[in-house]
Amino acid sequence: MTRAIRAALVAVTATLLPAASPADTIKVGVVAPFSGPFAIYGKQYQEAVETYVAQHGTTAGEHEIEFIYKDVGGPNPDQSRALAQELLIRDQVDYLAGFTFTPNALAVGPLIEQSQTPTVIFNAATSSINKESEFYLRTSYTLWQVSAPLAEWAYDQGMRTVATTVTDYGPGIDAENAFKAAFEAKGGEVVDAIRMPLATTDFTPFIQRVRDAAPDAVFTFLPGGPPTFTYTKTYNENGLAEAGIKFLGTAETEEVNLQGLGDAAIGLTTAYHYSGAHDSDENRAFQAKLTELFPDAIANWASVGAYDGTHLIYQMVAAAGTDGPAAVEAAKTLEWESPRGPVKMDPETRTLIQNVYIREVARDEATGQLVNRETGVIATVGDLGWDK
Amino acid sequence: MTLFLNILVDGVAYGMILFMISVGLSVTMGLMRVVNLAHGGFALLGGTFAHWFAAELGLPFWPALVLAVALTVALSLPLERVIYRRIYGFTDLQQVLATIGLTFLMIASVNLWQGSSLLPVPLLEGLKASVDLGFRTLPAHRLMVIAAGLAVVLGLWWLLERTRFGIRLRAAVDNRGTASAHGINTDRIFMAAFGLGAGLAALGGVLGAEILPIDAYYPLRYMVLFLIVVAVGGMGSIAGSFLAAIGLGLLETAARYLAPDFATILFFALVMALLALRPNGLIVRAQ
Repeated sequence: MTRAIRAALVAVTATLLPAASPADTIKVGVVAPFSGPFAIYGKQYQEAVETYVAQHGTTAGEHEIEFIYKDVGGPNPDQSRALAQELLIRDQVDYLAGFTFTPNALAVGPLIEQSQTPTVIFNAATSSINKESEFYLRTSYTLWQVSAPLAEWAYDQGMRTVATTVTDYGPGIDAENAFKAAFEAKGGEVVDAIRMPLATTDFTPFIQRVRDAAPDAVFTFLPGGPPTFTYTKTYNENGLAEAGIKFLGTAETEEVNLQGLGDAAIGLTTAYHYSGAHDSDENRAFQAKLTELFPDAIANWASVGAYDGTHLIYQMVAAAGTDGPAAVEAAKTLEWESPRGPVKMDPETRTLIQNVYIREVARDEATGQLVNRETGVIATVGDLGWDK
Repeated sequence: MTLFLNILVDGVAYGMILFMISVGLSVTMGLMRVVNLAHGGFALLGGTFAHWFAAELGLPFWPALVLAVALTVALSLPLERVIYRRIYGFTDLQQVLATIGLTFLMIASVNLWQGSSLLPVPLLEGLKASVDLGFRTLPAHRLMVIAAGLAVVLGLWWLLERTRFGIRLRAAVDNRGTASAHGINTDRIFMAAFGLGAGLAALGGVLGAEILPIDAYYPLRYMVLFLIVVAVGGMGSIAGSFLAAIGLGLLETAARYLAPDFATILFFALVMALLALRPNGLIVRAQ
């Protein structure tokens, strides 16, 4: 209560002073991996945040905004919690953001509940996180949100039998369940559900098994980087495309590693919420500013998650300053045009309601680069995994 | 029957890749007895140079491969002279710490130079093609790796068992003082052997890159694989490493075909059982 009064007083004082400098500085703590094998996430986040700041200035409403970055290294819940605590107590931050991995996001639940700190998840895609605290907001996506529409689309395209090959860990199993539930609800059949060990280096045995089963398509979920590289190569080299077994995926063709996949990636079909090649002024403006600031930067889903997360934080700060519960309330009704397309915050799940696009990898004639070419919107949905 | 043939073909192809990426380590750790955890680092350097030559400078695959291996060897020789020569005398644990430190340096350098995304090495068109085996197809580059693996194992056998260099190297490893007293220039022998190990690491890194793609964290990601092959094969035995790599490749491939959910557990359980029964590996070198 006193906090609200203080915030109100600050706001009133600020409006009374004409052309005054902002009344106070609100700090945002960003917890993400900035070193080690997952450092790319931290890099993408920071570039996107700084792009947003460069476009919109450092003030939101009557407040100055400052970002503090903390390196969590990798999937490490203890460290994530320790860093959040340090940010809240020593740095006195009023907002938290970042969180690439589900365990890292879950670890700060009790802290943000106690301190009433709005926490914007830039990536972690497990539906249940947002159930742990009212203060979680998510600007990425959930696995159900993209996998289920893909299954329905596949059925509508005439595919009746699908084999699923997912990496055997939390997100992979989520993706398998979502795809299977949606595909079978339509009347399709999942002929083989293979869970591939996380340490798999040679995917040939799984691909051959799929080939022998001869389904209409193979749905897959893999962690980005080396596994995706090897899987897509193996898919092509073993002639699955020629055998008429279509590739269906989600994040596999993300932009940072897309060029590395090479020609093997051409024709891969994925359903996802963001493509670097999305045709809109917002996306072009975002990418132009991004590459102006960071010439080597490539926008992918992690960048757009952070960019929209920053937008959300600016809106919350403008509306409620340091008042956590009021900020979350304000966020629940927001709608805006993101580089990914139109988005809207779902008041119940606090995850974005957004378009899911069907895309196909193609070589752009103008630049010679591989792109995820959007061929249509297959759904506009919120978190479909909330009630599962 | 088809399943059996599939396991055989894929197992041998995968085993040969395991052999190619770890043969450099069986030279440095097995023969020279230095716990060289930086082995993956040299493979990373080789792969990064190959990416640089082929993808950025536009050289064809073969010249890029040769230049990448040569450049890695050229870098490894001064490194041996300045750093490894001191490391040889360390205890095992000190060697582990020193070489893992070197690995981190290599990772950070590649990260700074090329970033942390994938660094693909473009293949020749001919190697991308699929070869028809009658009952199925196999990518040509896997056949190329099988051929390269056979060439390397024969070449090393000849070099170590049939040449003067091999005799001197084995003598220098077994008793450096006595070898030196017999007029063998052990410093030079060690430097050459180390360069050989680094060169093989680079070769394996580039040839295996279709399955184990190169990126800055390559050395840490696959370190366990290298170490398993050398440990199972038996220290210092190239033939042992070869048998171990093919055996492990067949084993893991069979597990992936038959029980994908348990493939990793089965693989490590069998490796542990084998090492419990034969702690020194498949082939133990006579002392």
